[in-house]
Amino acid sequence: MATEVHAAEGATGYIIHHLTPLTVGEGFWALNLDTLFFSAVLGGLFVWFFKMAADKATAGVPGLVQNFAEMLIEFVDNQVKDSFHGKNELIAPLALTIFCWVFLWNFMDLFPVDILPLVGSLMGIEYLRVVPSTDLNATFAMSISVFCLIIFYSIKIKGPWGFAKELMFQPFGPWLLPFNLLLKLVEEIAKPISLALRLFGNLYAGELIFILIALLPWYIQPVLSFPWAIFHILIITLQAFIFMVLTIVYLGMAHEDH
Amino acid sequence: MSINATLIGQMITFALLVWFTMKYIWPPLFDSLEERKKKIADGLAAAEKGQEQMHLAEKKATGVLKKAKEQSSEIVNLAQKRATEIVEASKDTAKKEGDRLILVAKAQIEQEKQQAKEGLRKEVAALALRAAEQILSAEIDKTKHQDILSKISNQLG
Repeated sequence: MATEVHAAEGATGYIIHHLTPLTVGEGFWALNLDTLFFSAVLGGLFVWFFKMAADKATAGVPGLVQNFAEMLIEFVDNQVKDSFHGKNELIAPLALTIFCWVFLWNFMDLFPVDILPLVGSLMGIEYLRVVPSTDLNATFAMSISVFCLIIFYSIKIKGPWGFAKELMFQPFGPWLLPFNLLLKLVEEIAKPISLALRLFGNLYAGELIFILIALLPWYIQPVLSFPWAIFHILIITLQAFIFMVLTIVYLGMAHEDH
Repeated sequence: MSINATLIGQMITFALLVWFTMKYIWPPLFDSLEERKKKIADGLAAAEKGQEQMHLAEKKATGVLKKAKEQSSEIVNLAQKRATEIVEASKDTAKKEGDRLILVAKAQIEQEKQQAKEGLRKEVAALALRAAEQILSAEIDKTKHQDILSKISNQLG
């Protein structure tokens, strides 16, 4: 929606410019290169760090890297143990990946809004949106993947018929079958949509406010952006945490046989 | 702000990341955590056991010490008793020996007295005989009065 108006001047133009992704291609087959690039780099960072810790993992006295990695592992493991009672090798690594990846996406928000686009423009890149979680594609990609896992495990654990029965006969019994089905479908589909939109909305709004602050005179900017950045440290962690916990809870529900 | 193929790319990246984490990151780190937990638990258990054993050993040592003390005092007692016995016994033997020596001495004295008496008697008899001889040498024939002389000699003895 933004691509047509990016020529606008002034404040609006500045805002739109900052929220326009670097895109190649047209229509559905267009690719947001910045989102793909930054999320891949951040994913690589996450994997590199943890791989380093895992390679040096020892049951003896842990080093600094291992200590930090283990702290996160233990944190995620506790969350999984709290809300997921089945046995599944996938859930905990999945939760760890989601938490770290989303956190790193969100963390890009704390870079001053003009720095990386400036670097980009020096390299001849016109548009650069550095926060992957302000791209619906990124958040939906993750939530749809989680949704697929929910469906997969629902069918795997309850069986196709069990899952269908749950969709049709709950919560109001067989006599209200269409109503049940509608309710359940809405419930299931609401999961990925709420996951994706919650993360997207929070980060998009946060980024927008950073951009708005950047439009103010320079002597006011620190007064506003400093507290907002501090507050944002909480937001980005919280959003990553919420995404992870809800994923665990949803998959836990998929594993529960009624 | 439209959904496009980025979605698919992101899903692929996500899947790769999750796969990698599940395969190469989570197991070693989690295992090391579990192993350390176990190690610490084992260590604590061992420490507790060691302490318990130390207590036991202490108890045992005190027991042994007490027994040794008892034994030593018993030995000392026995030795004292034995020493007294020995002293008593030696006193006894000494007394007996003394008595015996006294007896022997007495007997010897008696014997010597007898011998002296005998000797004296013999000398007196010889002296008397010589005196009588000298007195009677003129008138008495020795061979004639042999009987009388020996009778007198016997009476003197």
